[in-house]
Amino acid sequence: MPDEAAARPNLIRALRETAVTALLAFGLFLPLIGFNTVQNIRNELVLETRWPLLLAIVAILAGLRFLHLVVVAPLMAERARASSRPATLPTTLPSWAMPAVIGFVLIYPLLAMLIAGPGAGKWIDNFGIQILIYVLLGWGLNIVVGLAGLLDLGYVAFYAIGAYTCALLGKQFDLSFWMLLPLAGILAAFWGVLLGFPVLRLRGDYLAVVTLAFGEIIRLVLINWKDVTQGSAGIGGLPRPTFFGLPFNASPDGFAARLGLEFSPLHRPLFLYYVVLAVVVLTAIVIGRLRQLPVGRAWEALREDEIACRSLGINTTNAKLAAFASGAFFGGLAGALFTARQGFISPESVNFSESALILAIVVLGGMGSTVGVAIAAVVIIGGTELLRELGFLKQIFGAEFDPAQYRMLLFGFAMVLIIAWKPRGFIGMREPTLVLKRRKAIDAELREEHG
Amino acid sequence: MSAPVPPILHVEHLTMRFGGLVAVHDLSFTAERGAITALIGPNGAGKTTVFNCITGFYKPTVGRLTVQADDRPMLLERMMGHEIARKAGVARTFQNIRLFPGMTVLENLIVAQHKTLMRASGWSVLGALGTRSYRNAEHAAIEKARYWLEQTGLTERADDPASQLPYGGQQRLEIARAMCTDPALLCLDEPAAGLNPSESAALSDFLRAIRRDHDVSMLLIEHDMSVVMEISDHVIVLDHGIKIADGTCEQVRNDPKVIAAYLGVEDEEVPAVEAEVGI
Repeated sequence: MPDEAAARPNLIRALRETAVTALLAFGLFLPLIGFNTVQNIRNELVLETRWPLLLAIVAILAGLRFLHLVVVAPLMAERARASSRPATLPTTLPSWAMPAVIGFVLIYPLLAMLIAGPGAGKWIDNFGIQILIYVLLGWGLNIVVGLAGLLDLGYVAFYAIGAYTCALLGKQFDLSFWMLLPLAGILAAFWGVLLGFPVLRLRGDYLAVVTLAFGEIIRLVLINWKDVTQGSAGIGGLPRPTFFGLPFNASPDGFAARLGLEFSPLHRPLFLYYVVLAVVVLTAIVIGRLRQLPVGRAWEALREDEIACRSLGINTTNAKLAAFASGAFFGGLAGALFTARQGFISPESVNFSESALILAIVVLGGMGSTVGVAIAAVVIIGGTELLRELGFLKQIFGAEFDPAQYRMLLFGFAMVLIIAWKPRGFIGMREPTLVLKRRKAIDAELREEHG
Repeated sequence: MSAPVPPILHVEHLTMRFGGLVAVHDLSFTAERGAITALIGPNGAGKTTVFNCITGFYKPTVGRLTVQADDRPMLLERMMGHEIARKAGVARTFQNIRLFPGMTVLENLIVAQHKTLMRASGWSVLGALGTRSYRNAEHAAIEKARYWLEQTGLTERADDPASQLPYGGQQRLEIARAMCTDPALLCLDEPAAGLNPSESAALSDFLRAIRRDHDVSMLLIEHDMSVVMEISDHVIVLDHGIKIADGTCEQVRNDPKVIAAYLGVEDEEVPAVEAEVGI
């Protein structure tokens, strides 16, 4: 048994190193934790010893070290060996994956209603619709950041423009949601071009700073232009999408009454879910097409080498503007869908942390990967929402423990872990847009060898 | 008497200053249509600066650069960077290869056909709808890429990322990519750098084959004299931004000024040479 023979010296070595760790920890924590000075009632300092705590800490550290040496280190070594082999990774998802996902997404709200009953609204709205809106936002930003390689830290500005377009035009001109949805996208795209013009010469960090400023300008204008935007109070009572003119309310003209159904507050989120889903599917198709078109290839070429692009006669100005405009368009659509979901919009919803969240989705998903970004949106948004649902933890940690308070902390930890595990995001592979013979995915690491 | 064929490129009084540094001083030369014109000179002579002026990466301080594209003169110094490739038909390669490293070899060649494909895709509208005319154009683009893959011997590597090619392959791919833009003038910046003698010979053959099969003129910067002397019709020698010789390979090879610029001269001869060169 060569394996066992090799394992024994390893085990002995691990035990020895564990003992060293324990000694070190003991030496270090003896003065720090083992001794404690306490003021007693007569204002005297008394030295107390805390042997159990010290021992517990030393034991934990020694245990962790042992675990690392015996379990984690061999695993890492194995993985390092595996990755040095020529990559034989499955480059495409199994053929059943796509239909399965589409099927699940289609029946998801019905499933939620079946399982959660009347409480399904939360599952459809907070999970379903919200995640889909972030998928849309992620894809929009992915065009700018992932494909064209232009780091945009103010993407939420376009979301805001879409949402406020919906709110203001809807209130002023009584336009229906169906008119507002494309208008929101078009106006956001217009602003995307407007932002694009001054920043065309900038790249990388400089571009990031200017887009960051743009996002803040939009937010501050929304807060301070009170006559129009009602400032930080926000705008409420926004037009909701109707079902071919039938509103979702309990009135006799409402959707339920007209169709002879019993009124249920679930109808609206259910309908909205499918509307958002339709927009998302359409977006996926459009973005998939764009990537295969000259403009999409020009975006990727721009990300790879702008100077080479210019020498090949590609108008880099137009390519960048097109990227900004299309990214902004989808951001605007997402903004409009957001108002449809909330019926209310305020500058609070469009601050910088939102931009950062969307960027995190893109980076975590894998820059340029449509599927990866969708996965990341589900993980991040679904994950943070799930953390609200950890009520059972109260039974462990006591009633004062509020898991929602730890949301951002856990979110941060998860982010660090994912990036450490997959530095290129969930899907760090690039699918070629064209093949001559054999489709091979391109590892993202190859992209960075250059510049 | 037939009308003389106008030169493909006419450089007149080109001067490029960077602050106080004069990189190129009052340079005039012509590159004949269908010929391979080499631009040589010691390091720092200003060769790449001339290239960057011709291909629009620098705006010349003084001078006029005329290209005869479609038998119509065009002034390069008045054009935007991307128009020089698109309208004037001037393509270039780079001294330090600039491929799209994460895109496949095939994609590199397709991106180079951006102008044609963009028009065929109706500025994306028709292409997004997947019309037949766009699909035909894309098919034609792939066929053209396939032709260049065969010419460069990269057919087997077509679906690999460009960064995975060996150095020589990347260099050939860059030339093929430039050729995919259908240039009238191809500017090659040290294509033989880093190649061994047999690879250099293969490159010479490749460049000659391109000139034979395509209606293209070439402007070449090169240090490898075996390549320059073998394929050039016309050699221009620069030293410190000034043209010191202009002629056929044979003339340039025997020009004392060129020898002095490359090899230096004996100390006692310096004043005489300087007076002759005009420094």
